[in-house]
Amino acid sequence: MTLLYNLTSLFCRKEDYNIYPFFFLSPLPRILVFPWFGLDIGGTLVKLVYFEPKDITAEEEEEEVENLKSIRKYLTLNVAYGSTGIRDVHLELKDLTLCGRKGNLHFIRFPTHDMPAFIQMGSEKNFSSLHTTLCATGGGAYKFEQDFRTVGDLQLRKLDELDCLIKGVLYIDSVGFNGRSECYYFENPTDSEKCQKLPFNLENPYPLLLVNIGSGVSILTVYSKDNYKRVTGTSLGGGTFFGLCCLLTGCSTFEEALEMASLGDSTKVDKLVRDIYGGDYERFGLPGWAVASSFGNMVSKEKRESVSKEDLARATLITITNNIGSIARMCALNENINRVVFVGNFLRINTISMKLLAYALDYWSKGQLKALFLEHEGYFGAVGAFLELLSSP
Amino acid sequence: GGSLTKLAYYSTVQHKVARVRSFDYSGKDVEHESPYEITVQEEITARLHFIKFENTYIETCLDFIKDHLVNTETQVLKATGGGAYKFKDLIEKKLGLKVDKEDVMTCLIKGCNFVLKNIPHEAFAYQKDSDPEFRFQTNHPNIFPYLLVNIGSGVSIVKVETEDKFEWIGGSSIGGGTFWGLGTLLTKTKKFDELLQLASKGQHTNVDMLVKDVYGGAYHTLGLSGNLIASSFGKSATADKEFSKDDMAKSLLHMISNDIGQLACLYAKLHNLHKIYFGGFFIRGHPVTMRTITFSINFFSKGEVQALFLRHEGYLGAIGAFLKGAEQDNPNQYSWGENYAGSSGLMSTSPDFCPMQRARSGTFDMFEMDRLERPLVNLPLLKDPTTYIPDTVDLTDDAMARKYWLTCFEEALDGVVKRAIASQPDSTDAAERAEKFRQKYWNKLQTLRQQPFAYGTLTVRSLLDTREHCLNEFNFPDPYSKVKQKENGIALKCFPSVIESLDSLGWEERQFALVKGLLAGNVFDWGAKAVSEVLESEPQFGFEEAKEKLQERPWLEDSYSEWIQRLKEGPPHKCALIFADNSGIDIILGVFPFVRELLCRGTEVILACNSGPALNDVTYSESLIVAEWIAAMDPIIQSALTEERLLLVQTGSSSPCLDLRFCTSRTNSSPCSWTEKRRLSPKIQSLFRFLLPSANLKYKNRLDKGLALLVRERKTDLVIIEGMGRAIHTNYYAALKCESLKLAVIKNSWLADRLGGKIFSVIFKYEVPCK
Repeated sequence: MTLLYNLTSLFCRKEDYNIYPFFFLSPLPRILVFPWFGLDIGGTLVKLVYFEPKDITAEEEEEEVENLKSIRKYLTLNVAYGSTGIRDVHLELKDLTLCGRKGNLHFIRFPTHDMPAFIQMGSEKNFSSLHTTLCATGGGAYKFEQDFRTVGDLQLRKLDELDCLIKGVLYIDSVGFNGRSECYYFENPTDSEKCQKLPFNLENPYPLLLVNIGSGVSILTVYSKDNYKRVTGTSLGGGTFFGLCCLLTGCSTFEEALEMASLGDSTKVDKLVRDIYGGDYERFGLPGWAVASSFGNMVSKEKRESVSKEDLARATLITITNNIGSIARMCALNENINRVVFVGNFLRINTISMKLLAYALDYWSKGQLKALFLEHEGYFGAVGAFLELLSSP
Repeated sequence: GGSLTKLAYYSTVQHKVARVRSFDYSGKDVEHESPYEITVQEEITARLHFIKFENTYIETCLDFIKDHLVNTETQVLKATGGGAYKFKDLIEKKLGLKVDKEDVMTCLIKGCNFVLKNIPHEAFAYQKDSDPEFRFQTNHPNIFPYLLVNIGSGVSIVKVETEDKFEWIGGSSIGGGTFWGLGTLLTKTKKFDELLQLASKGQHTNVDMLVKDVYGGAYHTLGLSGNLIASSFGKSATADKEFSKDDMAKSLLHMISNDIGQLACLYAKLHNLHKIYFGGFFIRGHPVTMRTITFSINFFSKGEVQALFLRHEGYLGAIGAFLKGAEQDNPNQYSWGENYAGSSGLMSTSPDFCPMQRARSGTFDMFEMDRLERPLVNLPLLKDPTTYIPDTVDLTDDAMARKYWLTCFEEALDGVVKRAIASQPDSTDAAERAEKFRQKYWNKLQTLRQQPFAYGTLTVRSLLDTREHCLNEFNFPDPYSKVKQKENGIALKCFPSVIESLDSLGWEERQFALVKGLLAGNVFDWGAKAVSEVLESEPQFGFEEAKEKLQERPWLEDSYSEWIQRLKEGPPHKCALIFADNSGIDIILGVFPFVRELLCRGTEVILACNSGPALNDVTYSESLIVAEWIAAMDPIIQSALTEERLLLVQTGSSSPCLDLRFCTSRTNSSPCSWTEKRRLSPKIQSLFRFLLPSANLKYKNRLDKGLALLVRERKTDLVIIEGMGRAIHTNYYAALKCESLKLAVIKNSWLADRLGGKIFSVIFKYEVPCK
C-alpha cells in the first residue's frame, strides 16, 4: 500500500492514465499528490497553508522528486521568505492526521503585491511539473488566475470565499490549537485590571455572527455549516486603518502602525462626550468617556499642532475598531444572535482592537453580546481552500 | 451653533386689512350704488421670524434685539446649541435677559415636528442627476414615527414616536467632525465647505480599494458590483505614493456617508422605520452630502428606507428653543403658514450654479411664518388624505409649464401693480409701495426661474400665493376690493330678473340654464389675463355676453348628462358643500341660483368662501353681505338661512386655489349662521345694518363648529368645486369619498391648449366614487 501510494504520488499524471489504468478503475481510496496547499489571496495579504507530511518513509524520501523536496525543505526550514513572506510559527498545528497522513500544518503570509513574484517563483521552480491542484480562494483567485495559467502553467481551482472561511473556522476549532482551545474571549472586558483572555468552548457554535476583518469587513450569519449568508459588510476595515495611518504618520508596515497606535493617546484627537457636555450626557445616557466625534478635535488648529503621530495612529485604530463593533452589534441585534466571532488579519497582534471590541460589545449591549476570537485570525479562508483540496473528487 | 447663529422671534405685525361692512341705511341713502362699504383697518397678526447669520455678527444682532425688544415681559431667552454656552454671558450682559439653555436634541425634535406639521413641502428626497434634484414630499397627515439622524460633529440617531416622545437609540462618532478633522489633516484644507469642494472634484477610486481591484475583472461571483468599495483608503496603504487632496477628500466623504447610511439603515430596520430625516451641519443643504447619504441609504436598505431632508433644517434648533419658551402660549394649537414674501427659500443645489445665492444663504438667511387664525385640518371627504396632492401640475417637474406660467405671472405683474394702486386712491404712497411690491415679486419670480424648488414644489398655486403674500407685505390687502364691490352691486341688481327667468323655465331647461349660469359667472375672473382685458375694455360686458363666450356642448370635459340623470333619478342630496370662486356675477347670478335650486330639492348647502382676499375671489365677509341682500330679495334663501339649511363658512384660506388638506377645523372656526349673527348684534334692527366684524368673529368662532365638523355633521354627500384655481390648477384629479362636481371655464389659451381645447372651453366633471 505504501508503495502504491508512493508510486501514485510520484507518477500519477494525466498522461500516465493509460500506463496505470488500474489505479483509476479500482475502488481504492483516491490518493492525493503532494504538496498540499491552500491559498487565500486577499486584497492586502496572501495567506498560504501548507501541510508538511511527517510520516514520510525512507523510501518515500528517496523517491520524492527533487523540486517537491526542495519546496518542503524551503518552507519548513525557514520562517521568513524573501523580504516579505513570513511563517507564523506560533500558529503551526502539529500532528494532524489528514487523508491518512500525519503531519504539521504551516501558516504563511505575504503581501498581495508580491503575488506576481510568487507566481514567477512557481514558474522557475517548475511547480507545474508536480501536477498538484492549487486550491485558492479570495478575490485574488480570480484576479491572478490568468497569471497562474500563463506564467506559472498552473491551473487554479477557485473556491468560494465564504464557504472556505466557514469550513476553515469549523475545522480548526474542531481540531483545537495543539491541545489548547482555538476560541477565546475576554472576561471582564469592561475592567482593564481584571480583563483576561480565557478559552471558549465553541462546540455548539450555531447560530453565530462571523465578522471577518480583512482589508474590508464581511459580516456573515452562520446557522449551520451549510446554512450561512453574508448580511452586510463595510469598507472601513483593516485596509482603512493601515491606509489612513500611512497617510497620517508616514508609516510603512501594519506592525509599525500598530506599534505607534499602542504608544498614542486617541483622546487628544477625538472629541469625547465630556469635551462637549463637561461630563456624561445624561439625557441620552451617554458616558463622558465615549467618543462623540472621531478626529473631532482636529478641526482646531491648536489641537492639530499638539498631537503626535502616535496619537493619530491610535485614534485611527480606535475609530475603525469602534465602528466595526457598532455595525457588528447592530447586525447581531437585527439577526437576534448573541455570539459574535471576530476573525481576520486586522486582529493579528492587535490586542488593543480585540479588547476594545470585547468591551464595546459588552458595554453597549449591557452584557447581552459576547465577542469571541480565534487564534488563527486570518488563515481560515486558506484552511478552507486547503480542506477543499483534500475532499475534492 | 458652531459658526452660525439662528434666531427665532415672535412679533406682532401690524398691517392693513380690507373690511367690508353694510351701510347704515337708517333713513338715508337707500339707493346707494354699492351694496356695502369698504374700510381699511389695521390688524395685528402674529408672525414668527427666523434669521440666520454668522456668529461674527452676534453683537450687531444683540443690538438689534435690544432695540426691538418691546415686550417688557420677556425676561428669559431660550438658547440651544454649542454657542448657547459660549455666548451666554455676552447675551445676558447685553440684553439684561436671563439665558436658559435648552437641550439641543429636544429643541431639534420640537423644531422638526413643527416644520413637518406646518409646512406643506418641507421634506424632500434628493435625486442626483435628475431635474429637479429635489423631490418634495406631500405632507402625510401623520408624521410619526420617524428616525432623525443628526450629523453634527458626531452622529445622533433618534427615534421620534409622538410629539413628546422620542428616544436616542444610537449614534456614531464618525460624523461631520470626522470629515472635517480628518479631512483637514489629510488635505491641509481648513474649511468645511472647501473640503466639500475638494471632495466634489475628486476620484475616490484612486484611494479606495474597490471590489474589482481585489477580484480583477471577474467579480460577479459574490453578487457584488465591482465598483463597490471593498476597503476605504485601501490603496493608500503604501508609504511611497502621493495622493491628490481631491481624491482623498472624496474617499473620506464616501467613507463617512456610507458608514452613516449603513448604521442608519441598521437602526431603521431594528425599529421597523421607513423614513429617515437627515440634518446637522454635514447635510445642511449641501448637495454633495445629500447625494452620498441618499446613495448609501438606497444601497443598504435596498430601497426600503427613504432618506429625506428638510428645507428648514438649519432652523430646527432655534424653532424648538423658541417653542420651548412659548410653551404657555402653546403655539402648537395654532396653524402656521410659511410667508413666501419674507422667506429666502432654499439655496441652489450647486455652488457653481448660483454662487451669489449660495454666498448669501451661508451668511444671512430668513424664514417667516404667519400664524393662521384657525387650526387647519383635512377635509374629511378626501378619499385618501395620504395620497392627495392638491396641485394638478408640478412646475418643478414640468419645465415647459414652468416657463409658461412664470412668464405669464411676469406679464400680469403690470396689471396687478396698476390694480393695487387703484385700490387705494387716497393713499399717498400707494404708487411707491406698489413699485416695491413689483420688485419683490419680480425677484421672487427670477429666483424661481433659477431654483424652482426654492419654496418646495413650484405650482400655479404657490405662484399665486406668493403674489398675495407680497401684496400683503406692502399693505395691499385687497387690490380688487373696489372691483368686487362694484361688481357685487351690479350683480345684485340683476338677481331678481335672473331668478324670474329661471323660474319660468321647465325643469330640464332650468337645470341647463343653472349650470350655464354657473359657468358664465365663472368667466368673470380678474386673475385671467384674457378676461381682465375684456373687462377693462368693455365695461358693458355682462352675464349674457359671458354666456355667449362659452363653448357649446359637448364641452371639453362633459359629464352633464350623467349629472342630469343623477338629479332626475336619484334621491336629493343630503347636503352639498360648495367652494365658490369669484365675486359679483359668479357668486350672485351663478352660484346663488344654483344653491337655491338645491335647497328647493331638499338639499342643505354649505357655502364655503375664502377667509381672506385673493384676486377677485369672494371672501367670506363679502359672502355674508351678499347673502343678506339676496335673502332680502328671495324668501327661499331667506328661510334657508334662518333655518340653517344654508350655511356660510370660511375655508381658512386666502388663496385662489384650494388645498383640501388645510380646511378650518372644528375647534376654532366659523359657520356663521343667520341666527347667530343676530345674536352677535342684537341691537341692530335693520337687516342691512349690522357690522361684519371679523375681529369679533374671531372670538365667537371658537365656540362654533368648523367646516370639517360641519361637513361630517350634515353628512355632506356632494362637493361642488368651482373655478380654474380650485378645480383645475388644484383638485382636478382629487378623489373624494362622495359625489363631486368640478366645473370651470378655461380662461387661458395655453392651459386650454394643453388640455386639448380652446379658450373658454368648459370643464364639467361629475364624479361618483367607485364603490
